[in-house]
Amino acid sequence: MPKPAEVTLPSGREVRVTRTFNAPRQLVWDAHTRPELVRKWQGYDGWDMPVCDMDVRVGGKYKWQWRSREDGKQFGFFGTFTEVNGPSKLVHEQYYDPGDMDFAMPAGDPCIVSLELSEQNGVATLVCNLTFASKEARDGAVATGMADGMEHSYTRLDDMFKAAA
Amino acid sequence: MQSSKRLDLTFAALADPTRRAILARLATGGATVTELAEPFEMSQPAISKHLKVLERAGLISMDVDAQRRPRKLEPKRLEEAVDWIERYREIFERNYLRLDALLEELQAKPSRRKRTKK
Repeated sequence: MPKPAEVTLPSGREVRVTRTFNAPRQLVWDAHTRPELVRKWQGYDGWDMPVCDMDVRVGGKYKWQWRSREDGKQFGFFGTFTEVNGPSKLVHEQYYDPGDMDFAMPAGDPCIVSLELSEQNGVATLVCNLTFASKEARDGAVATGMADGMEHSYTRLDDMFKAAA
Repeated sequence: MQSSKRLDLTFAALADPTRRAILARLATGGATVTELAEPFEMSQPAISKHLKVLERAGLISMDVDAQRRPRKLEPKRLEEAVDWIERYREIFERNYLRLDALLEELQAKPSRRKRTKK
């Protein structure tokens, strides 16, 4: 089993998440860049992903939206790819769309999301670096409902994967 | 104080290696400014400056009644910072566990990989 994700704070505005996967990095890259794969894992249990549009090229846009199975509430992220260098580096500027959710992260300036993939002996290492516009945005991204509101029904997606496998 | 403001102070305080070393020293027991200045080869005013930052962040406190005025660790604030990181980690880890399952599935059945976009 891969080691759990490691989180560090390289600076006041950054969060860095490092994780290994038992797969070649090309596959991990595909899972991050092909919409039909992205919607299978990226999200929150109890939430469907009705919108997953991605035009993966420099200057290309993307839009992700999730909908709660429980109450139909929606929220999402959208943005623009600024660096596309498969299968090693993907950078995008990400904006938060609060939709119907009553928690709000500071809007306006985007969060710069940088994914870097390396591979050794068939194991891919992913370094995901989030650079927020401000410390407030960084803290707000997790301090608000993001974690709390979505924790109530987390087991379902895992079940779906078990059923699909 | 707002919790995000408080976290800012905590993380800013933790960003400095000397201050982290001071916390590590205080984790073994209270110490005065003089006692803290010694191992770091720093002047007392320089150490006092660091202590002020740690105090403002709520990471340490001073026993004002005791004559030596020793500083002591306030573990609660440190735990809060660790919790915050842990929540970030959980959000990502939940996704990555699903990604693990997907990657396994893709490697087990390479022929079933869909090539066409929606």
